[in-house]
Amino acid sequence: MSGPGPAVVVDDVSKTFSLPKERVHTLKERALHPLRRSENEDFRALKGVSFDVGRGEFFGIVGRNGSGKSTLLKCMAGIYRADSGQVLVGGRVSTFIELGVGFNPDLAGRDNVILNAIMLGLTRRQALDRYDRIIDFAGLREFEELKLKNYSSGMLVRLAFSVMIQVDAEILLIDEVLAVGDAAFQQKCYDEFNRLRDEGRTILLVTHDMTTVSRFCHRAMLLEQGEVVSIGTPDVISAEYFETNFAQGGPTQADLRLHEGDGTVEIADAWFEDGDGNRVNTLSQGRRVAFVAVVQFIAAHEDPVFAFALGTDDHDIAFATSTLWHEERTGSFAAGERVGFRVAFDNHFAPGRYHATPTVARRGSGHDVHVKVKNMATVVVTGARAGGGMVDVPHTVRLERAEVPAS
Amino acid sequence: MTGVQASFGELRPMRGPSALGGDPRRFWTLTWTLAVLEFRLKFFGSVLGYFWQLMRPLLLFGVLYFVFTQLVRLGGGVKNYPVMLLMGIIIYTFYAEATGTAVASVPARESLVRKVHFPRLVIPLSVVLTTYLNFVLNFLAVVIFVLASGIEPRWSWFEIFPLVLGLGLLCTGIGTMLSALFVRYRDVQPIWDVALQISFYASPILYPIETIPDTRLQHLIMCNPLAVIVQQARHAIIDPGAPSAAAAIGGAPRLLIPLALLIIVCALGYWIFDRSAPSIAEEL
Repeated sequence: MSGPGPAVVVDDVSKTFSLPKERVHTLKERALHPLRRSENEDFRALKGVSFDVGRGEFFGIVGRNGSGKSTLLKCMAGIYRADSGQVLVGGRVSTFIELGVGFNPDLAGRDNVILNAIMLGLTRRQALDRYDRIIDFAGLREFEELKLKNYSSGMLVRLAFSVMIQVDAEILLIDEVLAVGDAAFQQKCYDEFNRLRDEGRTILLVTHDMTTVSRFCHRAMLLEQGEVVSIGTPDVISAEYFETNFAQGGPTQADLRLHEGDGTVEIADAWFEDGDGNRVNTLSQGRRVAFVAVVQFIAAHEDPVFAFALGTDDHDIAFATSTLWHEERTGSFAAGERVGFRVAFDNHFAPGRYHATPTVARRGSGHDVHVKVKNMATVVVTGARAGGGMVDVPHTVRLERAEVPAS
Repeated sequence: MTGVQASFGELRPMRGPSALGGDPRRFWTLTWTLAVLEFRLKFFGSVLGYFWQLMRPLLLFGVLYFVFTQLVRLGGGVKNYPVMLLMGIIIYTFYAEATGTAVASVPARESLVRKVHFPRLVIPLSVVLTTYLNFVLNFLAVVIFVLASGIEPRWSWFEIFPLVLGLGLLCTGIGTMLSALFVRYRDVQPIWDVALQISFYASPILYPIETIPDTRLQHLIMCNPLAVIVQQARHAIIDPGAPSAAAAIGGAPRLLIPLALLIIVCALGYWIFDRSAPSIAEEL
């Protein structure tokens, strides 16, 4: 996809912040303790980051909070100076960082637009010429004389985004643009992304939103603790992102666990398996997978019901099943007996985190719960296909041009 | 092949933030835009806007005039004392406001500094420029007072241009230096407040320089560039009979001392600012 030659080259860029433990803020302190070097704790935000982005490429930068994404963007934008290494850019750079470019709250929206456009490199005349396009794109025409301090955060973002895309930069650096803003404006931004991409602008987008990455980016890069983990296609990167993000989700899993029951049955262990029978924490979308629970009978039971529910992070049940639907009579189990309860299914769930709740209950009403361990096992579903729904049911999409029979 | 070569050639290093940046035109556009916007804020921020900008020095003038002509009778025998006092106050007000607001100007524009790549020196310069615009208007008020008190226009009035330019340079140098220091040392501000008060009394604003009995003290006071500007403005505009700056310092060659001070302040200010410019965004 990339045109001739790179538009941005980042070569071995490192950035260290020294965070003083005890900040010397005044001359008096300096004068009283001239020999005391303030103790600094070095925080290495970027450790030798290298990559390049081709002309016309839409490049995603993803990573967890504190992985160095925003610092990297600021180094590329020239706001921070890299300690070592260098950044090369081939064209004018426009930046959109942390909700807005830099506004003055006491000035009207109109003045801020002009100011920002000039800040981003336009001349005054150009800024005035483009003002109408900017304010119309933001949809804030009726608020142009309103002071910025009276704007909502969504309005601010719209204004800032509109300025940024109108300054004709060859290279756009965008940090978390779509976090705020209503659905209509987000759609407008998406349209604008498509337009910019088609025009061959080079865009670097920092985001947490894997949907955006898969939808727009040609390539993406995963950062972790200031280092490049990998650079690749959006699918690969978003899978890795989910893995690094959720794989070590141990503590939350234990926190969420809720045990209830009459004590006559226990669940010794529970996990997810991939198609090859390996225990996993992450599951790729579209594969055959299984949930397994090891059930330990403390007392004897006759025809108990084994059930399984898969919940989302929002406590919705995405999927539930039980032996009731398959074999009503499960048989008799002696005290001390151990059985495996296995639910195999095709993984059509949307990417995200899911929690399994196994239950063993008395036959019949289902109210007499022998054991129920809520959120006993957690799994992260990875995949690039995030259509927005909770499940991604196997389906086909086809357009049929209606051949209306002439009547 | 050539296409690849050409586009590789276009790559340029993205340098970190600096004081000046590479493009003088953009530098000036930014400074001017920021200054004008800030000026308009001051103007239209309150109902009476400019009225208060002018009233502050005028009220100070009123109080001082009353005290030093009715109570203390310091200016009793001095020709055109009220106009001299007013002009001194207007010049001093500019000096105090320009440097005083420049001190904290960088943190005050944090949202710009942390989010946009632009030459950092724009910030203190735009602050001084805003005050400068205000000063120009205030000085017109002085001219009206001067004419009203019966002083005839003279060719020497044109001396005001180099004087005002020098005053602007002085404020720019000091403002630049203080704004860079303030990012690291927050107590620069109270210290400078005191320094400003001292410089009010250390300049021939309240008192005519010739009333100081000790001529060596006169010479010493005149080493201050601000004193030179105040004194020379009085000589050129209000009263040719008053000693010129050269006369008050004891000979024209000695004027090199305040001139050297002015140059040192500007150079030092730029040097300090330039050194801290790359890391200002991180230190806020």
